[in-house]
Amino acid sequence: MTKVLMIHPDKCTGCHNCTLACSYGHESQFRAAATRVHVYTWEREGFSVPMMCQQCDEASCMKVCPTGALSRAKGADLVEYNRAKCIGCRMCTMACPFGNAVYDGVSGAILKCDQCDGSPECVKFCPSKALEFIDDSISTRSRKKAFAAKFKAAIQEV
Amino acid sequence: MYGWVGTVLRVNLTTGRITKEATDPQDAKRFLGARGLGSKVFSDEVDPKVDPLSPENKLIFAPGPFSGTFAPSGGRYEVVTKGPLTGTIAASNSGGSFGPEMKYAGYDMVIFEGKAPKPVYLWIKDDKVELKDASHIWGKQVPNTSDALRAETDEEAKVACIGPAGENMVLFASIMNDMHRAAGRSGVGAVMGSKNLKAVVVMGTGAVKVADPSAFTAAVMKAREGVKNHPVGGAGLKAYGTDVLVNILNETGALPTKNFRDGYFPTANKTGGESLAETQLVRPKGCYSCVISCGRVTRVANPKFASSGEGPEYEAAWSMGADCGVDDLDAIVKTNYLCNEYGLDSITLGATIACAMDLFEAGHITLKDTGGLDLHFGNAESLLEATRLTGQGEGFGKLLGKGSYRLAEAFGHPEFSMSVKKQEMPAYDPRGVQGIGLNYATSNRGGCHVRGYTISVEVLGCGAKLDPHVTAEKPQWVKIFQDLTAAIDSSGACLFGTFGMTGEDFAAMLTALTGVTYTLDDYLKTGERIWNLERNFNLKAGFTNADDTLPERLLKCPIATGPSKGEVNHLAEMLPEYYKLRGWDENGVPTQEKLKDLALV
Repeated sequence: MTKVLMIHPDKCTGCHNCTLACSYGHESQFRAAATRVHVYTWEREGFSVPMMCQQCDEASCMKVCPTGALSRAKGADLVEYNRAKCIGCRMCTMACPFGNAVYDGVSGAILKCDQCDGSPECVKFCPSKALEFIDDSISTRSRKKAFAAKFKAAIQEV
Repeated sequence: MYGWVGTVLRVNLTTGRITKEATDPQDAKRFLGARGLGSKVFSDEVDPKVDPLSPENKLIFAPGPFSGTFAPSGGRYEVVTKGPLTGTIAASNSGGSFGPEMKYAGYDMVIFEGKAPKPVYLWIKDDKVELKDASHIWGKQVPNTSDALRAETDEEAKVACIGPAGENMVLFASIMNDMHRAAGRSGVGAVMGSKNLKAVVVMGTGAVKVADPSAFTAAVMKAREGVKNHPVGGAGLKAYGTDVLVNILNETGALPTKNFRDGYFPTANKTGGESLAETQLVRPKGCYSCVISCGRVTRVANPKFASSGEGPEYEAAWSMGADCGVDDLDAIVKTNYLCNEYGLDSITLGATIACAMDLFEAGHITLKDTGGLDLHFGNAESLLEATRLTGQGEGFGKLLGKGSYRLAEAFGHPEFSMSVKKQEMPAYDPRGVQGIGLNYATSNRGGCHVRGYTISVEVLGCGAKLDPHVTAEKPQWVKIFQDLTAAIDSSGACLFGTFGMTGEDFAAMLTALTGVTYTLDDYLKTGERIWNLERNFNLKAGFTNADDTLPERLLKCPIATGPSKGEVNHLAEMLPEYYKLRGWDENGVPTQEKLKDLALV
């Protein structure tokens, strides 16, 4: 069983601790522009959504990468980025339908979630449990169960 | 530099000249950033007797060393200027993501001087900085201003701006950032308006560096754990917001009611955080790097007041609620939105209307004066209309826009103004909570709770549990809270972090971040240095110990009902000891020894 990084926008408070932890975990400095998780906030509605690589099964970024800099080990979930093989062609940034592969002009590298070797910093620092690192088969369980509880309440009222 | 990013931006609005200089490492070490470093630069450069709304006043935006890092709830910035409401040095801080963005753009401070010949805004994109025409957005409210400026700069840019209230120089206009966060008090928004500066828009891609990364992470993790395990910081504030305090203060008998005519509001519960969570709350929201999330995204469904936005905080819910005798939370939430949209300090706004209601009921002002507005206590519609008039600068709103002191004085009854140094006191009645009265009387920006929040120990029992009705030991607590808060503000941290974090936590994080060693004593002494710097500025501006007082009503008229019935504030018992503990003479003037000890001479 593999683990996935599950995003719960309904729990996100827009605090950017994930952004900070991500950039700091990778560079030991706070360069929010170098984060692999981006939080977008709609100020009028006060709603925030974290965005990061979904490690797609059919990963477009991997398919278009001409040098094999993006690859997946057999049986693994993670799409890995090998900086040494990357020629900076930015094909992956064009191919990702979510915009989750980003070219960083400062380091000349692609920024995408690497799950911090199995212990994602963003998850560790999220104070609201809006980000979870969880077995893929039960990744939606909490959300489904929360909705089930609403059914339960409605039916019990009848 | 570590923690600091090393550059100060100076913008002369009169000439349009923009220059950059290095952050002074010695000053940074001694005054940290934000409120402290801003006040140091301000008092070095500005004549304390300056007219706050003249071009000679300056306006400084300054984040702190923590801003832009993951120090818990450490993403704040401060606006330092001479406040037009008080005539004191003013430092108003705000959360959101504006402060961190300034750091990423590379600036520890932006200093505005002079006055632009026509409305402008400053657009900062890393090292590219330009003044741009703002004529087309002048007059717009805060949400539309923010959207318009992002549309013409960058859709993810951070905006700090004024609304119509700042443009009209309402003496308690705020500066708003991230649409709903306010540098609220003392009228910093009016100073911005007086300079024809509509907004500061910033976008940054740089970094904040850390001196000792592993020590910083360890200190941050420890501090976070403290907040997580704290009943207020870790649970209460996220569930109910700051408005959870309504019932707590009412049960203490210290919820000022009807312009401090009483300290108990029988229907207070209708306006509290628990009611807000049940009826208007959509979700909690956190500022940049916040671990608490006390922010409230709210919506009013009631067709009469239907709208959406953020808040209110406790202070606003009180000023528009109990203080005005209003218990309609929908109306309060809507009034709070108006404050954010016009750019008004929600504390002074509510307290000024409460003062007007008091004058109205006493017969000192009439329907003729108010233009037909019925200002009886409890009239929610009038509360809303009075707010709109103030924001627009129309009719009776023009007078309300001067704050309660000038309003009451205009009708011959300044004693009706519940203010210290002409700034309205917030939501804790000094008759029911003695120490907070001493803090109000001595605060360097007039009536203000967040300069020395003794409520923590006098009411909430955080750190210690003291009897709110006694004066013993209060002077020393007031001093400690004032000094610690000055250091926390100047670090760029949120005061609410103290619901779980200790002074040692702040000092340890600051040390690891900056590479400058701060023990707890160093940290407190830095706060004390900042406090004395502000005090000196105010003394030079013409304030004396006679201004360290409370309205007569609090010293002579006992609370009428509730748990603190019969109490008055005993300021005279506390003030001399406070001066002594501060190392000031009997006139409240810092002695030469004290100034030498703090390296201020």
